[in-house]
Amino acid sequence: MEVGILAYGGYIPQSRLQRSEIFKTHAWINPGLKGLSKGERSMANWDEDSVTMAVEAARDCLADHDRNDLSGLYMASTTFPFLDRQNAGIVADALSLSSGIQTLDFASSQRAGTSGLTVALQMSGNAGKPILFTTAEKRHTKGASTLEFTTGDGAAALMVGSGDVITRFVGSHTEAVDFVDHYRGEQASYDYQWEERWIRDEGYFKIVPAAVTALLEKTGVSATDITTFCFPSAARNVAASLAKKLGLPEQSVADNLQANCGETGTAHAVVMLVHALETAKPGDKILVASFGQGCDALLFEVTDAISKLAPRQGISGSLARRRAETNYAKFQAFNKLVTLDLGIRAEVDKNTGLTTLYRNRKMAQGMVGGQCSKCGTAQFPKSNICVNENCGAIDTQEDYPFADRVAKINSFTADRLTFSPNPPAYYGMVQFEGGGRLMADFTDIDPEGELEVGTNMKMMFRVKDYDDNRGFRRYFWKATPVNPQSKGE
Amino acid sequence: MASGIKDKVAILGMGCSAFGERWNDNAEDLIVEAFIEAIEDAGIDKSQINAAWFSTGIEEQHVGKSAVPLSMALRLPNIPVTRLENYCASGSEAFRGATYAVASGACDIALAVGVEKLKDTGYGGLPQRNRGSVNDLFWANASAPGSFAQLATAYRAKHDVSAMDLKRAMAHISVKSHDNGAKNPKAHLRNRIDEDKVMNAPMIAEPLGLFDCCGVSDGAAVAIVTTPEIAKALGKKDLVTVKAMQLSASNGREAQHNSWDGSHFVTTRAAAKRAYEEAGISNPREQISLFEVHDCFSITELVTMEDLFISGEGRAVFDIMDGFFDADGKVPCQIDGGLKCFGHPIGASGLRMIYEMYLQMQGRAGERQRSQEPIFGMTHNLGGFPHQNICSITIVGKEGA
Repeated sequence: MEVGILAYGGYIPQSRLQRSEIFKTHAWINPGLKGLSKGERSMANWDEDSVTMAVEAARDCLADHDRNDLSGLYMASTTFPFLDRQNAGIVADALSLSSGIQTLDFASSQRAGTSGLTVALQMSGNAGKPILFTTAEKRHTKGASTLEFTTGDGAAALMVGSGDVITRFVGSHTEAVDFVDHYRGEQASYDYQWEERWIRDEGYFKIVPAAVTALLEKTGVSATDITTFCFPSAARNVAASLAKKLGLPEQSVADNLQANCGETGTAHAVVMLVHALETAKPGDKILVASFGQGCDALLFEVTDAISKLAPRQGISGSLARRRAETNYAKFQAFNKLVTLDLGIRAEVDKNTGLTTLYRNRKMAQGMVGGQCSKCGTAQFPKSNICVNENCGAIDTQEDYPFADRVAKINSFTADRLTFSPNPPAYYGMVQFEGGGRLMADFTDIDPEGELEVGTNMKMMFRVKDYDDNRGFRRYFWKATPVNPQSKGE
Repeated sequence: MASGIKDKVAILGMGCSAFGERWNDNAEDLIVEAFIEAIEDAGIDKSQINAAWFSTGIEEQHVGKSAVPLSMALRLPNIPVTRLENYCASGSEAFRGATYAVASGACDIALAVGVEKLKDTGYGGLPQRNRGSVNDLFWANASAPGSFAQLATAYRAKHDVSAMDLKRAMAHISVKSHDNGAKNPKAHLRNRIDEDKVMNAPMIAEPLGLFDCCGVSDGAAVAIVTTPEIAKALGKKDLVTVKAMQLSASNGREAQHNSWDGSHFVTTRAAAKRAYEEAGISNPREQISLFEVHDCFSITELVTMEDLFISGEGRAVFDIMDGFFDADGKVPCQIDGGLKCFGHPIGASGLRMIYEMYLQMQGRAGERQRSQEPIFGMTHNLGGFPHQNICSITIVGKEGA
């Protein structure tokens, strides 16, 4: 049965660090960085990692899709928060997916994103139900490195399977070549990179054409028929040169989002694909390739069904949810590139009882509360006895998910006393449509005062606490304005 | 309906340490300081005490667990001693334990001791700490000022008060407490301030600035209670008796049910209503002579004036600006400086409030003595957060009033 993409979703963090501000700090050590100092890069908030971004992209992709109608949840990244704890499993839990699905992590290469997608497409033909493929990256980059400028943080998600596909999966080809343009060893925090000219001439220009040519031959599609060529490379003109070399139409070269996002690591090929799908037309042929110890090349053909896909945030919507960040020191602090005096309040032990977490994971990771089957009162957390004083029924509560419900602010504050990696800590009482409330942490708040009693808020999956002593982190949901005001030029 | 506590228990003696940054004293030193004053005031021997209740809020910062630290500090003769904690209302709980024991007839003379040694954390403000293993999974990263600050946003939305008018009334509260604290030799903060200083202070949790927040202090307070009959037999005259003691604990409605608007304290209203009934007070605005309320933050005092049914709903701002609660106003509130300036050693605060009432009723309050003779004094001791808290209300007064 024919397989392909059923839906897409995207997520780019709200903050866009101005590259000119990075350059200002580093000009003294490397004036040559000036060439990279234009535009902006996406910058994850302190409470975002690859898992949280993957969750947001997945929520965007799923929209109203029945969450029981999935056979798998895959995630690709080279910056997984956990090396031994399945990250896709956390994403699946946050989405409240059933336990009867296949979950898989794809890692260790800048083409993990396309490799994982290829596997998902191959598997989904036999899976019966669709597979949700997610990929996210938050690369750790050294200060004053090229990557610090050209990298961005972000995620994308694709639901793949058979049925009413918006793009048909035409075929794929992989060239596996242990070409080490860069690497990151077991104990290393940062990538080690070889000369760019060698990577371009011997890597991009030899390995990618081999993969693409093989794919076109295999599928019988002519290079001139390609409508869109998604190839992530921050280096200028690499994709255009490849297109020329391969005989792809000049206008097929897709925007690599360097101007307003940066390259989102192994997620970027899929981020570019999602971005392309947002404006694709039936009949378009989209070629996706990505480079990393070889090359994956995938070919898709857009179908009529794309016009029926419900509107979503996608990459364009994420990019529009934007706030310019002009404080490079904040980026350094969030990414531990500087050691700041956080005060004794920051020393509180954030140990998580794994028994406690497991027992309460529906509440803590899925934000599932309860609804009294007797009086209908929704409440968080779920409890044995109904909170409605006029009811008080015992053992009547049924699972009631809160994560996708809109809430209104009842009260709030901006707290400069409590420890927060990004003070002030915003939090307040939010009241959900349909009932239920929570004294909730807020995130992605504009300090220029966008909050009022009555402001509509939505929940986002975020890191609640980092336990640096043990290398653990716990996640929960935080409230953020549904319609943030775009500010901060 | 139970007959209540009214006039069944009399205060035999009280003591209170100086509050403040007691860098060179352990909690035990503070306990002994307050206890010596109380036992001398009571005029009894330690051996006449039948049982003791011992309150602390954050005992892991000082004495550790159990009642043993109190029993050891005072070398009590192996009598029953109970340690208790109920957020910032702990001190009132110690008093309630001792009072109920006497009222029940189980004890002739009972002791209540509250202490807190907070200035061993290395930083200002209350200790940042965990909230319990499950709560830590989902509770907001909330501090005390940040939690109470939210009363202001909800109060403004409900009563359509401008941010400036509310902030000005809050400032008046703090200025008044500093004026009163300046006259109190045991107070932590004894400097006078003006409204501009409050309004322009650094922000702690919007809209609460530094001077909207009470002091975090070291200190101890002690009460010795007995029956009116025993007090008289011991030669005491003009007794101060307990008229009412009511406690109310949140049940999750404020935190989890949308029937609470965030602008007031559900528990305070419930406890106040019951306390007035127990004390036989029908018109508190006219009948109560003095208040000590839990002014952890200026906004808390403001909304509490309404929750105690002294000011009408939405009217506290006007009463405050009219000087109704000033030391020379109709019903003074925090005549000793309150938590704001006397200080807030958590486990001792509820007892400290009663101590002030006891002194005022006996005319022993020195420079800050209320000129009109007080008849009923009301204390309000609140612990936790506006959305989940413990409220304790005590009314004391002249015997027979």
